[in-house]
Amino acid sequence: MTTYSPEVRERLERDAKEIIGRYPRTRSALLPLLHLVQSEEGYVSDAGQEFCAEMLGLTKAEVVGVSTFYTMYKRKPAGEFHVGVCINALCAIMGGDQIWDELTEHAGVGNGETTADGKVSLERLECNAACDFAPVMMVNWEFFDNQTPESAKQLVDDLRAGKEVKPTRGPGRLCSFKEASRVLAGLPDGQAGEGPSAAGPSLEGLKIAKANGWTAPKGASE
Amino acid sequence: MDGAEGGLGMTTLTPVLTANWDQADSFTLDGYGEYSAARKALGMDPDAIIKAVKDSGLRGRGGAGFPTGMKWGFIPQGDGKPHYLVVNADESEPGTCKDIPLMMANPHSLVEGVIITSYAIRANQAFIYIRGEVLHVVRRVQAAVREAYEKGYLGTDILGSGYDLELVVHTGAGAYICGEETALLDSLEGYRGQPRLKPPFPAVAGLYACPTVINNVESVASVPSIIANGADWFAGMGTERSKGFGIFSLSGHVTRPGQYEAPLGITLRELLDMAGGVRAGHRLKFWTPGGSSTPIFTDEHLDVPLDFESVGAKGSMLGTRALQIFDETTCVVRAVLRWTEFYAHESCGKCTPCREGTYWLKQVLRRLEKGQGTEEDLTTITDIADNILGRSFCALGDGATSPIHSSVKHFRDEYLKHFEIGGCPFDPAASTVWGTA
Repeated sequence: MTTYSPEVRERLERDAKEIIGRYPRTRSALLPLLHLVQSEEGYVSDAGQEFCAEMLGLTKAEVVGVSTFYTMYKRKPAGEFHVGVCINALCAIMGGDQIWDELTEHAGVGNGETTADGKVSLERLECNAACDFAPVMMVNWEFFDNQTPESAKQLVDDLRAGKEVKPTRGPGRLCSFKEASRVLAGLPDGQAGEGPSAAGPSLEGLKIAKANGWTAPKGASE
Repeated sequence: MDGAEGGLGMTTLTPVLTANWDQADSFTLDGYGEYSAARKALGMDPDAIIKAVKDSGLRGRGGAGFPTGMKWGFIPQGDGKPHYLVVNADESEPGTCKDIPLMMANPHSLVEGVIITSYAIRANQAFIYIRGEVLHVVRRVQAAVREAYEKGYLGTDILGSGYDLELVVHTGAGAYICGEETALLDSLEGYRGQPRLKPPFPAVAGLYACPTVINNVESVASVPSIIANGADWFAGMGTERSKGFGIFSLSGHVTRPGQYEAPLGITLRELLDMAGGVRAGHRLKFWTPGGSSTPIFTDEHLDVPLDFESVGAKGSMLGTRALQIFDETTCVVRAVLRWTEFYAHESCGKCTPCREGTYWLKQVLRRLEKGQGTEEDLTTITDIADNILGRSFCALGDGATSPIHSSVKHFRDEYLKHFEIGGCPFDPAASTVWGTA
């Protein structure tokens, strides 16, 4: 079994203690700590699970029992860019199925697999709560809305070629899978201010209300 | 009802939570404005806040529609135990896409709602449990919470009131089941997200076995507007028993999909009119009123008022107001198969009827969709669904049966057609966004 070098271990312990300190009971920090160890190696490794167990006073079996329950914790290294295609009913019908078929053939890898260069891993996603932007894709859990088979293949080509790609609703720079995992562990990256408040379909109702002069009734505060 | 209805009795939109989404800085404290509703609430008796929310008629916006103020009232007071507020921000019900843009564009409405709600139920610790697969939304909520701390809206002695509140943003890790409130609690305690048997209800024994309120994002975010404008203001919108406004999410084969904030009781016909109708050259075939767990409706149901009672009376549920629109190019068997695969994938495995039932439904539906089924298979899937319904701890299993029962009821002939011709009669290319020609 591999273990962390003393430097890595010291850094992770510092982060872990900060996270644990937020919770009334330490075990509540397990999910964030699993995101934290995933941010180190791009997956939840044996060493990572051992680390979580030690930090929280759990057995490793207890940690493994939890980490294997949740689909976001990867049991082998994800690509630098983890690409998801929504294949739940609505996105599938709106074109997600065709995107998935063409993209997997184009990239030469299937569900849960990573390209040989380690750049891109693919995953079939269940609903990601952006149905009004269907068909939806996610890269490192950033939104890539309104995709087509062509845009999806171009996206993966650009990611593999190291070209800059931008989420449709998100920061100006796409972070790596490891960096994303660190934010999910509860350690912000300072990019919350980037990107729009809302875009496209999110604003349709408000636009129509404004065009027609429709508002909620006046209340006591106005 | 001024503002809530137009001149000819037509329902109009009522942007409240969505009203600032088109401002570039809506997600910052500068853009949102000071927490005047929280300031007002902290000067009130907590019981008066609970009463105001009861009087407003606000019902849970996460799908079940339980009266929010009544839920708060169940928290025992003076029991000497810590109380907790947990916001359910795990939005994952297929078709549901309102809380995610709300937290991205207007996270301070949620944080302010958390302060008021926590104060009302006498909680000094709150959590926002957000699904992990929405990175930028997590960033926005983290930043809003940090801003609120810096401004003295969170922490100790908030705004000089003597009231203390700590708020933690907690991210999930990919499990639909964690949107079920007791599974969410297990997950937040660091376990596999599996539902608990009720009773005891979370109001008595929730997080760490202490009294806990679990509310949906939109419910909590609606609270500041109720405190600011009064219970009567809120109750003046909507219908007799389904009061107030809610975000209606249109997706699928519609000209302008998106978020439409309207009084409860608006109809799909009215919403479709605003949204430019079903996509050009096509007609409505079936739709979900509130996500995949709510039985599907057809074009017979265009004028059903979208409130809890009216939708229920027609055999479905208002759910999360996730209106997934499918036109005549869509194979209903394919849609039901994909939802069924979803439930099988997301079943936590705790209860046998759900774990085994969704597995077998998936097998039989795959056969049916390929045209390799028999009429007996329709009886089989109906029987399996009957044996799941009401026989598991939580609503996931029940939800899995909704598309089965409702599709067999409305589209039995379409199932039959599949094995009559030995395949699917539909061209999947025709239902794609780019296949409309």
